[in-house]
Amino acid sequence: MSGLTRRTAAELATAVKAGDVSAVEVTQAHLDRIAEVDGSAEAGVHAFLHVDTDGALAAAAAVDARRAAGEELGPLAGVPLALKDVITTADMPTTAGSRILEGWRPPYDATVTRRLRDAGIVILGKTNLDEFAMGSSTENSAFGVTRNPWDLTRIPGGSGGGSAASLAAYEAPLAIGTDTGGSIRQPAAVTGTVGVKPTYGGVSRYGLIACASSLDQAGPCARTVLDAALLHTVIAGHDPLDSTSIAQPVPDVVAAAKRGAEGDLTGLRVGVVKELGGEGYQAGVEARFNDAVALLSKLGAEVVEVSCPHFTYGLAAYYLILPSEVSSNLARFDAMRYGLRVGDDGSRGAEEVMSLTRGQGFGAEAKRRIMLGTYALSSGYYDAYYGQAQKVRTLIARDFDAAFAQVDVLVSPTTPTTAFPIGEKVDDPLAMYMNDLCTIPSNLAGNASASFPAGLADEDGLPVGLHVMAPVLADDRLYLVGAAVESAYAAQWGGTLLEQAPALEGIGQ
Amino acid sequence: MTVTTALPSFDEAIATYEPVMGMEVHVELGTATKMFCGCSTTFGGEPNSQVCPVCLGLPGSLPVVNEIAVESAIRIGLALNCSIAEWCRFARKNYFYPDMPKNFQTSQYDEPIAFDGYMDVVADGVEYRIGIERAHMEEDTGKSLHVGGATGRIHGASHSLLDYNRSGIPLIEIVTKPIEVPAEVAPAVARAYVTELRELIRALGVSEARMELGQLRCDANVSLRLPGAAYGTRTETKNVNSLRSVERAVTYEIRRQASVLSSGGTIVQETRHWHEDTGETTSGRVKEEAEDYRYFPEPDLVPIAPSREWVDELRATLPEPPSVRRARLQEAWGFTDLEMRDVVNAGALSLVFDTVAAGATAGGAKKWWLGEVARVANERGVALEDAGISVADVARVEVLIGEGALNDKLARQVVEGVLAGEGTPDEVVAARGLAVVSDDSALGAAVDDAIAAQPDVADKIRAGNLGAVGALIGAIMKATKGQADAKRARELILERLQS
Ligand SMILES: [Zn+2]
Repeated sequence: MSGLTRRTAAELATAVKAGDVSAVEVTQAHLDRIAEVDGSAEAGVHAFLHVDTDGALAAAAAVDARRAAGEELGPLAGVPLALKDVITTADMPTTAGSRILEGWRPPYDATVTRRLRDAGIVILGKTNLDEFAMGSSTENSAFGVTRNPWDLTRIPGGSGGGSAASLAAYEAPLAIGTDTGGSIRQPAAVTGTVGVKPTYGGVSRYGLIACASSLDQAGPCARTVLDAALLHTVIAGHDPLDSTSIAQPVPDVVAAAKRGAEGDLTGLRVGVVKELGGEGYQAGVEARFNDAVALLSKLGAEVVEVSCPHFTYGLAAYYLILPSEVSSNLARFDAMRYGLRVGDDGSRGAEEVMSLTRGQGFGAEAKRRIMLGTYALSSGYYDAYYGQAQKVRTLIARDFDAAFAQVDVLVSPTTPTTAFPIGEKVDDPLAMYMNDLCTIPSNLAGNASASFPAGLADEDGLPVGLHVMAPVLADDRLYLVGAAVESAYAAQWGGTLLEQAPALEGIGQ
Repeated sequence: MTVTTALPSFDEAIATYEPVMGMEVHVELGTATKMFCGCSTTFGGEPNSQVCPVCLGLPGSLPVVNEIAVESAIRIGLALNCSIAEWCRFARKNYFYPDMPKNFQTSQYDEPIAFDGYMDVVADGVEYRIGIERAHMEEDTGKSLHVGGATGRIHGASHSLLDYNRSGIPLIEIVTKPIEVPAEVAPAVARAYVTELRELIRALGVSEARMELGQLRCDANVSLRLPGAAYGTRTETKNVNSLRSVERAVTYEIRRQASVLSSGGTIVQETRHWHEDTGETTSGRVKEEAEDYRYFPEPDLVPIAPSREWVDELRATLPEPPSVRRARLQEAWGFTDLEMRDVVNAGALSLVFDTVAAGATAGGAKKWWLGEVARVANERGVALEDAGISVADVARVEVLIGEGALNDKLARQVVEGVLAGEGTPDEVVAARGLAVVSDDSALGAAVDDAIAAQPDVADKIRAGNLGAVGALIGAIMKATKGQADAKRARELILERLQS
């Protein structure tokens, strides 16, 4: 049965639909794999914070029953999925990786959760993340770090390290991530998986616990481009419960992935962003990126260099806008209605209980950003910080507009380095923030972007990601390029990149 | 601070100082659902029975703007002669308080939906133009009930109960420009402004604007200055929630501030609490300690850009301006200026209008609302509409008078009965036996007339044919327009024909 965990989501769905295997068998195989490799905070991959064995098997059985009743199944029915623990689920705890929400059981499903369930996708459990999706390594999780399946001493990226690691460890063929500054794409890059940040507003945020509302976007994570496209189609589309969700048709990303897999990019104009590369980028990352650019040319694309001069200011603007919104979004965690409550022994007033709870419930990075944001929004500083940052944001969006007037997609490395050792950057927030240098501009501008496997760095043998950026609502172009690169590399490597990862058998037991 | 020395009189205060006022009025909209979610806004539900993830601010929830609330805000803005923003946003007002589930209030800051308007009000027969700075949308907070303290305030309470039914109810905040009117009419102008605004809100049909239910809440800013000098430091007296209190609170603040200033003191910028019972204000939160609200544009909502076509459509739905309406009604009702002013000042314009619509004469409606009902309402410290008698009841009393079923004296007893909770006017008439025609002499005359008119029927009854009594009763009922007591009429007929 272990062969089931190596299959793609598309293959599994086809097999379930054909009756070659039951959804329960597929689900059980993945639950077994989780039991084998996931381990705990102390050892193993530790991708999951919560595994819902009974719920997953029941959902799978429901799919099998629908099939038995002759119902038409959706394109991903019966396929298991790992859900980032920042998206609400009425039948499972939702912690956002924070002590302050430990044990909280939301009374409602997020729109993404509901759409997954409606599609017959089996939710295996909730995956680990940096607290409130703030971080690039999962080291900020209150519940312990997730380990990179390529090298268990290294980080799996963040904030969605759990979702990416669950894919790379074959614990799930599909996962949901959320991306505020790169939290889908950077983990995808460092785990050798596919991660897509759709156009802002492309996927409903209703039920996604906010980090920074104007930047957050949920998206699909998978091991193949087609699987990501199939999942994208399930979760995307207008939601009346999210005012910022886009009321336009979802681009046909599945068709784009299929077309891309044919390997012909003739006529596609690709821009290499001049500002995203060079000093500070690991040699192996640059080498693989250059290979990928050469491959795009070989596949028929016309490659030019494009300058986006304001991208240089992206990180600075991001670290004003994000903490500002965080400071407000995280204000609601005050011990009054749900979650942790500290010091309520009858001797203290509400204000003191709030203060004690927030002091003990939030980790260092959450507190750092709350303080930065509170300061940036303060009277007298607002214009200099938040106001200026919003102007930079506009300039970055204009850079994208100008670039997309010349080319169809932009490319860069996803991250400056491969996965770094656990603990290496925990005391150096600025070094940690540099991870998101390439990914942040798309969050600020709201356009679509993705990371695809681009090989292994020579010096450490760890995965490198190719970052592709497309205009707002042109998410399909990501899949076209990603699938073309994927099929060309598959021919070159004799399979997927992940097949070169360690097997991990028994490490979680 | 406590004022221990006797305050100067109002006249003494304004002999030296000029008051400048600013009114901030919150209107709770009468929409069926809340500002950002689908929860009901019905008043008086079980605590926390009208809540959802959005108005509880649960993690992951998102607001969606209630379009009816936006429409109401625009209509209020237009009725106040404001410009309507072509593009505006909500903002977050950040501060911690347990009755605010997100610890920020979704409000509007520097981009209000309506701005720069005015309203004309009349005080002591003179018209004054009140400048409107802005009208903006925001959500209400939940309600805290502080238990165990002496005052019901959080200070000294052992614990607090929170009810989030009110959380997210749409509010419109209307802020005036500084009001500079002759000092002697300042308190009256403040009252006239709130009165007029309340009428306007009601005429628009966007809220019942009942102050005693908190549907219209008034904060009064007052400062004093020497004539020609720059504005003085202002205080903000919160929650002045009746028309009479508006006038009293402004008067008190003018006297208090004059006392402080004339004794060489300085006014502290602060919020003050209004005490209805003593007619005084006391110090609340000092503004220097006030929080920095760290406003920023609400990223969970998209900007509101009302099309000019929509605004024009809404403009076309506006009721006539209150001053025009008043002039029209005054003529229709035949009231003198003084009578009309009494009605307006009593906040009874809509009541009189509705009572007339329900069949009463204008004079009659005015007489009851400003007379007996006002007296009882005042005694009980409630608004006219809460005194215990409805528009329909007052109209019914007037109809009974018109039909001659009640005379003035009896009618007063009926109204008293209704106000005492004895039921509808008809029930009070029946229970107290007040109807004019159940009076034996009046009914006796009707009986005599009926017997005289139908001697043949009378003969049948004399002969013992009791079945014929019905014919006489029918005639009596017709003659008394149905007001006769049929049982008593039968007794009187039999007394006359069988003895
Ligand atoms: Zn609600």
